[in-house]
Amino acid sequence: MSTAAPAATSTREAFLPNWPRRFAFIALALYCLYAMSTLDITWDRFVRGLDQGAKFLDRLWPPNFAPDKLSLMSEGLLESVQIAILATAVGIVISIPIGLMSARNLVPVWVSWIGRVIIAIARSFHPMIVAILFVKAVGFGALAGILALIVSSIGFIAKLFAEAIEEMNMKQVEAVRATGASWLNVLFMGVIPQVVARFVGFSAYQLDSNLRNSTMVGIVGGGGIGATLFTAYQRFDYDFVMTILLAIIAIIMVSELLSSWLRKVFQ
Amino acid sequence: MSAGATTPAAPMATRIWERFTPQQRMGRFATYLVVVAAIVWSFRQIEIIPEFLYDAPQQSWDLFQRMWPIDWAYYPKGVHDALIETFHIATLGTLLALILGFPIALMAAKNITKSTTLNWIAQFLLVASRSVNSLIWALLFVAIFGPGAIAGVLAIGFRSIGFVGKLLAEAFEEARPGPIEALTSTGAPPLSILSKGYWPQVEPSFWSVALFRWDINIRESAILGLVGAGGIGVALDSALNNLYWDQVGLILLVIFAIVIVTEFVTSYVRGKII
Repeated sequence: MSTAAPAATSTREAFLPNWPRRFAFIALALYCLYAMSTLDITWDRFVRGLDQGAKFLDRLWPPNFAPDKLSLMSEGLLESVQIAILATAVGIVISIPIGLMSARNLVPVWVSWIGRVIIAIARSFHPMIVAILFVKAVGFGALAGILALIVSSIGFIAKLFAEAIEEMNMKQVEAVRATGASWLNVLFMGVIPQVVARFVGFSAYQLDSNLRNSTMVGIVGGGGIGATLFTAYQRFDYDFVMTILLAIIAIIMVSELLSSWLRKVFQ
Repeated sequence: MSAGATTPAAPMATRIWERFTPQQRMGRFATYLVVVAAIVWSFRQIEIIPEFLYDAPQQSWDLFQRMWPIDWAYYPKGVHDALIETFHIATLGTLLALILGFPIALMAAKNITKSTTLNWIAQFLLVASRSVNSLIWALLFVAIFGPGAIAGVLAIGFRSIGFVGKLLAEAFEEARPGPIEALTSTGAPPLSILSKGYWPQVEPSFWSVALFRWDINIRESAILGLVGAGGIGVALDSALNNLYWDQVGLILLVIFAIVIVTEFVTSYVRGKII
């Protein structure tokens, strides 16, 4: 974008061509061509897909609002919501000590490393993969989904909580310490008041994110609407798929509104 | 809230210091109530079979025993190509999202597009893109283009448009109006204003958004194969279905490794360019 043609009329060029950048863009374009050829992405296939896509859309619409389908769907959706709520609640409770443990300005360095390793492990796998492992460990059902989302909640909330604590103002903490307060008192009077607003912020965000993922863990057997969705998809019951998709989008929009309200309350 | 939002009551003599206004207190109380009610409701409604929990440690131990020793010999046969494919899917998907997200971001930025209707349309597109999980996008594109990497690239791309577009639109809206006004006063055409006025200001956030999303996309593209959209997830899915847990162990290790490598690369590049 920044390499527009220089004005020809003046002798002094205001914007000199940036050759290394141009080469980088050419290299990127070449990479794209190479990657597309290895992935077998061709124009022909794309055009054929568009044709197929029109048929697909035709079958998606209109959504199926038959009462028996709706009751099936509401069952799954409620379970997804419950999975998200429980996973977030438990995740928050576990994240608090782990987050405190990882903040380098509150605890000795070696303790913070333990916390950091726990967070890194919790973050390294996608919730779906964790869900696969938990389905094996505790069997099919909502419990596996809840446990998987707890792990990802810990990875996210504890990490940001630790960062929030590290960025806070140490003067207030020192002031409380100077009064001879115990460690717990320092925590409640000096630390928590400074970070609580941000903590609520990213907890609300994690609730959103857990809700999105709780609609998915069902695909691998973790309970919730995902199983219903995947079954409908595999049976080519596309109009029901559309109904479920619309419901998921609606629920996620509602939860985004709720979490922005939550953030406002605790600002 | 730490320093204490105070509400001085009117007369000096009976001034009472309070941390929150009654309204704030009501809001907080209502929130606590709703939160507790939601947790209790979820806990009572959800179907958890406690018997499954009792043998969970045993089952997990069994799982790890089956994974060990890891089937290293499978890597060149079934994992390497899939890994490269995952990388390509994530990168191409990110590029697609940048290309498609850029115009939508321009449309969503209120200081660039003056029409409220267009702003709303763009916002709707961004929210729709974000609300649909990448796995669902993948399901849709597999139905259209058939199983394979093309569905994965499109799924990653379409899921990322909302993320990229939202952050870019915010970056555009935060751009300082000074340079823009200076360019406008010289009579520069809109495209020049965009490329010489806005672009230099949003370029750092553009690249940082791109890197951030690429990092996320590497993780996401590793699971798209569960629904047939290509990449290492396909290998994972078939190993799981065949109950070859030693291969599952290998694939999980490989995914772990690539996630770590990506983290290092992104933090290195971020340090270089920002």
